[in-house]
Amino acid sequence: MLDRRKAIATLMANRPKDLFVVPGLGSCTYDMASLGEKDQDFYLWGAMGGAAMIGLGLALAKPSVKVAVITGDGEMLMGMGSLATIGVQRPANLAIVVFDNQHYGETGMQPSHTDSGVDLVGVARACGIRQVYEVDDEAGLQTLAGELAGLKETLFARVRIAADEPTRVLPSKDGVELKLRFRKAVAAAG
Amino acid sequence: MENQIGWPDQLFDVLKGADIRQVGYVPDAGHARLIARCKADNGIRDVVLSTEEEGIALAAGAWLGGQRSALLMQSSGVGNCINMLSLISACRFPFLAIITMRGEWAEFNPWQVPMSQAVEPVLAATGVKTYRVDSADDVADTAQAAADLAFGGDLAVAVLLSQKMIGRKVWVK
Repeated sequence: MLDRRKAIATLMANRPKDLFVVPGLGSCTYDMASLGEKDQDFYLWGAMGGAAMIGLGLALAKPSVKVAVITGDGEMLMGMGSLATIGVQRPANLAIVVFDNQHYGETGMQPSHTDSGVDLVGVARACGIRQVYEVDDEAGLQTLAGELAGLKETLFARVRIAADEPTRVLPSKDGVELKLRFRKAVAAAG
Repeated sequence: MENQIGWPDQLFDVLKGADIRQVGYVPDAGHARLIARCKADNGIRDVVLSTEEEGIALAAGAWLGGQRSALLMQSSGVGNCINMLSLISACRFPFLAIITMRGEWAEFNPWQVPMSQAVEPVLAATGVKTYRVDSADDVADTAQAAADLAFGGDLAVAVLLSQKMIGRKVWVK
């Protein structure tokens, strides 16, 4: 199983300047912050179930940039209907990447639905998202990183990661600051 | 009155005038005409939602991408939005919702009543200002004021269209 911090580092190793990331609350926000706090990342500290839809609104508003939502299985399960909404819209510049450790890390590692076999890739495919990936090794991560950098079609990926809790790296949690600097960075991307 | 365009068309004109570029909605009888107008307009991306709370997050994303949006729903949908409204509040996103009320005037379905009664207290508690409209004559002006406040003041504003007004204009033929 993949280590989440190594996985995020691999995915973002050759990150293009026009790739904007919306990390879901909890571990994915800490994972992105572990790479250094950036204006191009909209760190979530709440709004559970909303990460994918924030990505959709952004992707539709700004077709000239690429948008990657990177979130956990618990967060995705709470907003599973948004996969249907995204499947209807299918913007070419949106990727939804679920870091699936099959547990709720923030609340004490209780098992999530995916631990009992709920298949998020199957859900995404059934919602009409055609480009889907199951990633469980380094080679798969490399492939996914390349797809994110050259995003051309709505993409959904499940990255199977180990259920551990690396040291938390906390970005700013001032929502107004996060909003203003991210929006300015998007606008500057042309 | 007879010479004026209907209030849904007036609302559409307000949305266009306010440069609204994304409209999220859950299908709704009271909003049917406005939704149809939005779908027919090439300058507006209409996004049909599976639940209203998706529209809150959509609005935040649209703003981050440089676009204004509006969320159309009925009163029952307000209850689906509560926690997601923390995103709007915590980040002070501008936010505009237009809500058709059920459960308050000649309602035939008692299941609509509890959420209807909770709409104004819930929105007040979650930091959304409400403008209520009881007369079709006031729709355009009120919606314009709401849009001005939302996007001029970085505030969350909801226009509540009363069931009495909607019923007389749309549902009773």
